[in-house]
Amino acid sequence: MAELRKDYIYNLMIKGEREDGRTFDQYREITIDTNVIEKAEGSARVKLGDTHLVVGVKIQPGTPFPDTPDQGVIITNLELIPLASPVFESGPPREDAIELARVVDRGIRESGAIDLSKLCVTPGEKVWMVFIDVHVLDDGGNIMDAASLGAIAALMTAKLPAKRFDLGEDSPVPIRDVPVAVTAVEVGGSIMFDPSLNEQSIAGTKLTVISNQDGCLSGMQKSGVHPLTTEQINYIVDNAIEKAKELRQKFLEI
Amino acid sequence: MSKPEKLIENGIRLDGRKPDELRPIKIKVGVLNRADGSCYFEFGGNKVIAAVYGPREVHPRHMQKSTSAVVRYRYNMASFSVEERKRPGPDRRSIEVSKVSREALEPVIFQEYFPRSAIDIFVEVLQADAGTRTAGINAASLALADAGIPMKSLVSACAVGKVDDTLVLDLNKDEDNYGQADMPIAMTPDGKITLLQMDGHLTRDEFREGLEMAKSGCMAIAEMQKAALLEKYSGQIGGDAIE
Repeated sequence: MAELRKDYIYNLMIKGEREDGRTFDQYREITIDTNVIEKAEGSARVKLGDTHLVVGVKIQPGTPFPDTPDQGVIITNLELIPLASPVFESGPPREDAIELARVVDRGIRESGAIDLSKLCVTPGEKVWMVFIDVHVLDDGGNIMDAASLGAIAALMTAKLPAKRFDLGEDSPVPIRDVPVAVTAVEVGGSIMFDPSLNEQSIAGTKLTVISNQDGCLSGMQKSGVHPLTTEQINYIVDNAIEKAKELRQKFLEI
Repeated sequence: MSKPEKLIENGIRLDGRKPDELRPIKIKVGVLNRADGSCYFEFGGNKVIAAVYGPREVHPRHMQKSTSAVVRYRYNMASFSVEERKRPGPDRRSIEVSKVSREALEPVIFQEYFPRSAIDIFVEVLQADAGTRTAGINAASLALADAGIPMKSLVSACAVGKVDDTLVLDLNKDEDNYGQADMPIAMTPDGKITLLQMDGHLTRDEFREGLEMAKSGCMAIAEMQKAALLEKYSGQIGGDAIE
């Protein structure tokens, strides 16, 4: 089965085609709905082609880390729950889920998307803790990009629940940047962006590039066993930065 | 330690290195008796030891693959390897590091020669000083060779970063903590990239330049790796017979 699918996609690729008719650098249809969960401080539902996930942001006061007494805390978690795919199993997150969560986290953290110093209530004692939880509901491939889009969208609509904790008036989460993750896979030497489930399952390697509003890179992760050449990497990086600009437009619609 | 005012002064880094200079490296191949292959690798203040077991039977059995070997990689930090005691056992970071490190080495291993078997790589970080995953990969690559696992080539790894708006090779701890970007890279001698991660802030041009810088660093490390293998084995290959 896997071999047949591999042959099919590979043969299409040689003709310059993809199974769903897209060009190699074309994304699937993206819809982002925000504030879908009222109990959460911020939330977003993302559909990227067949991939469907919900991101919830919960915010509550807590103690800061000793080495950053005046900064808020971000904690990102991602679960590949068995509801989303026959190959996901219950139990503690495995390495692929941990990797996804850590790359989403890196995008938010390293881009400086949230001004952590503004999440400080009392230095050394009380700061806002921002929990970003990604719930994958349907795995249609490229969870990475969908989760990153969802995380920043949920944060952009999230409120610090100050009133509930007697800490003043509610205020929006201080957002400074909109990092966007763009993922490409290498299949038989060709590069395809936004891989579908089938493309992803036969791909040798995957490269995620996260870029900021200023067009600079804030995170990158190669995942998978095939090596990449410098040319392939530079090609993906250049295209990812351009692609991110397009995707960022989506947020103007929120 | 608080953030130093300057990490680079007159083109010289706090530890006296030039921007494109690696930290001192010490390598010893074959340091463990029980393991099939092993290597001790010092990379600046990093002290790591890698052991390879296999090809051997796969436990649990359901993990085995009928057409190739499974490669497993365990990156572990000793609790005393860092300033503040690390809670022993795998955490989320070490699970991720193990995954990307395994993927950095898999492409050079002829896994199809050993169906239904396991090649286990264990990397223990005894002392950490920024760049433990690259040190681990360098050590593991040699431990695999020492174990006699058929490989297409060695893999060499080092990091590039940005401090004080300058690209530097092989970050030390302060540069890692207070720098602007960190990008660990692993590659084969023919320049194929098998590990690429990045966090921080880099422009597109800095990225390209950094990639080249990492390449030259990896090539230098590859030479040292080869020398370390030769040191252990050159005396053995035919050497005894001639005497």
